[in-house]
Amino acid sequence: MYRYDEFDAAYVKNRVKNFREQVNRRIDGSLTEDEFKPLRLMNGLYLQLHAYMLRVAIPYGTLNSRQMRTLAMIATKYDKGYGHLTTRQNIQYNWPALKDVPDILDDLADVEMHAIQTSGNCIRNVTADHFAGAAADEIEDPRPTAEIVRQWSTEHPEFLYLPRKFKVAVTGSPNDRAVTKAHDIGLRMLRNNAGEPGYEVIVGGGLGRSPFVGKVVRDFLPKADLLPYLEAILRVYNLQGRRDNKYKARIKILVHETGTDELRAMIEEEFAKMDGPSIALDPSEIERIENYFAPPQFSDLPAESVALSAAKAADAEFATWVDVNTDAHKQSGYTIVTVSAKAIGEAPGDLTTAQMNVIADLAEQYSHDELRISHEQNAILPHVKLDDLPAVHAALVEAGLATANANLISDIIACPGLDYCALATARSIPVAQDIQRRFSDPVRAKAIGEFKIKISGCINACGHHHVGHVGILGLEKAGIENYQITLGGDHTETTAIGDRAGPGFSFEQVGPAIERLVDAYISLRADESERFIDTYRRLGLEPFKAALYNEEKEAA
Amino acid sequence: MPLVTKQGFQPTPEITYVLVEEIGAANQASLAVSVPSDTDAAVLAPHLEKIALIGIDFPSFADGRGFSIALRLRRLGFEGELRARGYLISDQYPHAMACGFDTVEIDDEMAERQPYEQWKAATEKVLPPYRVKRAG
Repeated sequence: MYRYDEFDAAYVKNRVKNFREQVNRRIDGSLTEDEFKPLRLMNGLYLQLHAYMLRVAIPYGTLNSRQMRTLAMIATKYDKGYGHLTTRQNIQYNWPALKDVPDILDDLADVEMHAIQTSGNCIRNVTADHFAGAAADEIEDPRPTAEIVRQWSTEHPEFLYLPRKFKVAVTGSPNDRAVTKAHDIGLRMLRNNAGEPGYEVIVGGGLGRSPFVGKVVRDFLPKADLLPYLEAILRVYNLQGRRDNKYKARIKILVHETGTDELRAMIEEEFAKMDGPSIALDPSEIERIENYFAPPQFSDLPAESVALSAAKAADAEFATWVDVNTDAHKQSGYTIVTVSAKAIGEAPGDLTTAQMNVIADLAEQYSHDELRISHEQNAILPHVKLDDLPAVHAALVEAGLATANANLISDIIACPGLDYCALATARSIPVAQDIQRRFSDPVRAKAIGEFKIKISGCINACGHHHVGHVGILGLEKAGIENYQITLGGDHTETTAIGDRAGPGFSFEQVGPAIERLVDAYISLRADESERFIDTYRRLGLEPFKAALYNEEKEAA
Repeated sequence: MPLVTKQGFQPTPEITYVLVEEIGAANQASLAVSVPSDTDAAVLAPHLEKIALIGIDFPSFADGRGFSIALRLRRLGFEGELRARGYLISDQYPHAMACGFDTVEIDDEMAERQPYEQWKAATEKVLPPYRVKRAG
C-alpha cells in the first residue's frame, strides 16, 4: 500500500490548517459565500438536504485496518454511528457539524487520509478496479497509475476551476470492474505488440442527464507519456468545455459536439507541443510509488483447501456464501472476499461503526491488513486464504455482513436519494429495500444469477442506473414520485446504456414490476448459465417490456 | 485599482490596452494587449516581440480558462508581464503565479476585503508533493 513520504504528510496536514483559515476568513467576511463554496467543495464539504455532508476520499478504494478504524471512530465521534460507501469509492458522513470538520480532517490526516477534491469542478478522487492487486485476470496493478494521477491532480494550479467536475478511473484487467467507459477519462492498462505496457485512453464517458459511452482517443499510450497526455486532455477541456450551461459542461458534451476525431486532433496537437519530461514523474519516483504496491508475502498453498471443502459440505449457507461472494485470486490458495454492505432491508452501502471495526479486524488478521471499497458500495478483503474462509464468514455473520448476494439481485447500487440529497427528486433507498425484501431468499437469488439493479433518485445518475442491467430512475411528476425503468445497461468493458422500457411506475408498483420481469427472465432464459443481460441481448426489449407492463396477469 | 505584486499592493498605472485584432495596426514597440478569456493564445504568437504586457481577463474567479491561456503564452516564449485582470481571490494567487502570471489586478472592494497579508499568505502555503518534486 502507498505510504506518505514527508511531502505528502506535510501537505495534507497543512491543507487542514489552510481550510481552518478559510473557514475563519468566511466568518470574518474576507470570503463571500460564493467564494467560499468552491474552497469547501475542494475539501470535501458539501451542503445536503438536512446538513453538511463530508465526502472522504479512499483513493482507488484501497485502505488498511488503521484507516478503517479511524473511519469508524469518526462515524461515532462526529456523526450518527454510520458512514455511506459511494459509487466513487468514497465514504460519506451525512451529519457532521461545520465546526467539527477541520478536526475530522486532522484525524484523517493522522492516518494518511483526506477529503481533497472529492467535490467541486476539479479533478476528483481517482478510482480503480476494487480487485486491484488481487484479481486472477489482472494484467497489471492499476493502483500505481491511480496514485500517480492522484499526486499530479492534487491542487493542479491550472485545473482547479474547470467547466465542471472531472472523474478518472483506471483498470488493469481486461474485465473492466472500474466502469472506465462511463468516466471523463478511463484508462485501460494493456500491452502493445512489442509487449510494452501502456494505456488505452477513453474520453467523454458519463451518465447524468445525457449518458454517453466514452470514446477511445488513443489505442496505445506509452506509460511514460501518461501525465503529459492527461495534461493535454485537461487543457483542451479547460479551454474548450462549455461554461454557459452546467448541464452541458462535462467533457462528454465537448466530445459529442466537437466530434471524436476533431477532439482527438486537438488533444494530439496540444500533446505534441508539450515538454513531456518536465511533466512526467522521474522514473525513480515512479519506481518508489510502484514499490509500495508490491504484493504482500503470500504463503505457498495448494489450489484446493481441504478445510474449506469440509466446511462447505457441512454448512449449505456457508457454501452458498463462498460460491457467491468470493472471486478468483492470482495467488494459489487465496481468494477475494466481497463483504456485502447490502444486508436485506438496510440502506445499500451503509456501514455502522461496529461493522467498520469488524471489517478492520478481519483485514488485519486475514487479509494482509488490506481492504478495498468497491464502486458497487461493498467492502473487499482482497487476500484471504481459502483455509480461513470459515473463520472470516463466522465473524461476518455475527456483524450482519455475510449476506450472500455479491452481483445478485439484492446487491443493488442506490444513491442516497431524497432521504438525504438536496438534488434528489425521489427516494432511492426505500425502493432498494423493497426489492431486497422480495428477493431475500438466498437460494432463489442465487438461482436468478447475476442481476445488476442500479437506482438513482434523480437525473444526475449517481446510482449508475443507465448501466444497470435494470436501471431505476426516480423522478417527480406533479409532486408524486415516478420511476422509469431501463433495461439492458452494462457497466463492464462492453458498456451499454440501458433502453427505456416505457412509462414510469409509482413507488408501490416498482417492486411488483421487477418481480414480473424476473419471472419472465426465468421462463425465457436458454439455461441457468444465461444471465439476464445475455437473455436480454438475445431477445431484445419486447418480451421484458410485456412482462413489466402486464399487470392484469398480476391481478389474475 | 490595486495591483497585487510580490512587493505588495501597488496602484495600477494608467495603461492603454489594445485588442488582439488591433496589434497589426499599432506602431509602437512595447504594447499592452487585453485578452478575453476565450482567446486562442496562438493568435498572439506572431506579435509577441512587440508586446510588453498581456492582461488576461477573468470574468469570474470560477472561470479557470485564463490559467491555461497564460501557460500557453509562456510556452510560446512570451517573456513580458502577464497580468490577471478581473475577478480572482487571494486563494488563487499561487495558482496564477504557477501558470506564469506576474501580477493580479483587483478592484478596491476586493483589496479591502482581502488585504495583502492574505495574498502573501496564500503564496506561503505548502505545495502539493508533485509540485515540490517537479520544482526540485
